[in-house]
Amino acid sequence: MAVAATTATGARPGRAGRRPSFAWIGTVPFLGYIGVFLLLPTGIVIWNALRNQTGGLDLSSLKVLGNSEVRGFFTGTLELSAISALIGAVFGAILAYAVASGNPDGVVRRLYLAGSGVLAQFGGVTLAFAFLAAIGPTSGFLARASWYYDFPWGIALIYAYFEIPLMVLVFLPAIDGLKVQWREAAESLGGSTWDYWRHVGGPLLAPAFTGATLLLFANALSAYATIQAWENQIAYTVPQQIYISINSEVGLSNVNYADVLALGMVIMVAIIMTGYALLQRRAARWLR
Amino acid sequence: MAAITGLAGEQAPTSAQRRGRGGLQAGRRRRLNLFRYLAFTIFGLFFLLPLFAMVRFSLEGSKLGTWSLAAWRGITSYPGLLSAIEITLELAVITCVVVLVLLVPTMIWIRLRVQWISRVFQFLCLLPLTIPAIALVVGLAPIYNKIEHYNVSALMLFWVYVILALPYAYQALSAGLNAIDVITLSEAARSLGANWLTVMVRVIAPNMWQAILNAMLLSSALVLGEFTLAEILNYVNLQVALFNISRATTNAGVLFSTSSGALFLTFALLLILSTVGRRRRRSRG
Repeated sequence: MAVAATTATGARPGRAGRRPSFAWIGTVPFLGYIGVFLLLPTGIVIWNALRNQTGGLDLSSLKVLGNSEVRGFFTGTLELSAISALIGAVFGAILAYAVASGNPDGVVRRLYLAGSGVLAQFGGVTLAFAFLAAIGPTSGFLARASWYYDFPWGIALIYAYFEIPLMVLVFLPAIDGLKVQWREAAESLGGSTWDYWRHVGGPLLAPAFTGATLLLFANALSAYATIQAWENQIAYTVPQQIYISINSEVGLSNVNYADVLALGMVIMVAIIMTGYALLQRRAARWLR
Repeated sequence: MAAITGLAGEQAPTSAQRRGRGGLQAGRRRRLNLFRYLAFTIFGLFFLLPLFAMVRFSLEGSKLGTWSLAAWRGITSYPGLLSAIEITLELAVITCVVVLVLLVPTMIWIRLRVQWISRVFQFLCLLPLTIPAIALVVGLAPIYNKIEHYNVSALMLFWVYVILALPYAYQALSAGLNAIDVITLSEAARSLGANWLTVMVRVIAPNMWQAILNAMLLSSALVLGEFTLAEILNYVNLQVALFNISRATTNAGVLFSTSSGALFLTFALLLILSTVGRRRRRSRG
């Protein structure tokens, strides 16, 4: 894998029209590592998904994706991700604006940023325990509810707990990029707060907002820990299905079931992230 | 901002207009402050109540409503928990070291000598964000089967944790590198007879230690909270250990005390980071 990576990059200087140099050898350790632990596994997933029992190239395994049960898992995952991404994006943007409009070196901002960093990263088992303690059906400290187990709305609310902090982290730079002068220009022309947001702030932030929403969507799509720890009876989402098919001995009729599901996820996330990258490029034009 | 609008107001001829503008400004400030306090209170409650409940549960005595430190003391005596904590902390350290050793020299080298590769490099570093961990793990399973032939320790998880930490570490380090003039620094050092190793270790790295610290803290936060890969690859780290305990006994006190402990540790790390960063900015400005 490392060899393949170096020959691929070794061809580059010639194309750039420079004299041959061997300085690129310095990047070989990095490329080798990436090759073995990132590109190779991804390649294995794609290769296994496109292969039949005897090892030949065969697209028939992908038919599993059209199976109504599997389609249900994908629809459920998409639904959950969309709801939690929208909730997270809207409320995260509001919170990000509240944080951004304060003192840039203030205590509140530092507390919220550090807190967001932790919660966006800790959206796993810990989160499920916190909610178990707060609203668990048997031992809830604040309330004893069971509707939080409902799919997708109850779970989406719990997902909001790590989606909102993530939104604060990714959206804050965009809000910080809004210049005070723009607001003053709008005001000196007689514009109200509403006019400013309708004609200046809103359109400026729209690409960044949409982009951040897509990032949140991708994040929810691949979230696994929270739902696994919270919802231990039923497997609703594709990540849970992947876990089951890797760890159970039954269902061997489809040896590459997990690979096909994983490929489906990679394709979905790839589409979303391409959209994110395009929107980021558009947003970057103004918000420097 | 107030000064600028004040000047604009003085240039405007009528005083009524000035008062009107001033009123608008003050009104907006008031409304903004009201909105901020409201938002901080509501979001603060939303985020703090479950955490508060978790901490309260960790201090629950044997009878409901009583207080006790038993759950916190239990962290050291609960079977398997302490070793899982140890493994996770070791993983955090190893991951940080490997990320830095892999990224810092490569990034400096690319900036100095192989600029043309930087776009590909950036793409590769951010790629783990776009490949869901749950999909990556399917492809990793055969690779980890090979690794297990040589070493069955859960410490082997660091190989893939480095990949997960890559985007965060890359962003932190690249911000640090952008803030200094790498080429001038290295040319100065080279013209004084330093070799490349000296340039990296003794000239450039000390100038970006804040970014390095940043990358380390983000990487450790990630490792402390990681569950998916460890669980599916059948290794036991802190989160997996807690998950297994929760499956055995739903309301074991150690769940809540250990989770709170890990959460506050990470929060403290990130708070230290932002405070140190602020001091550096001040002393520089």
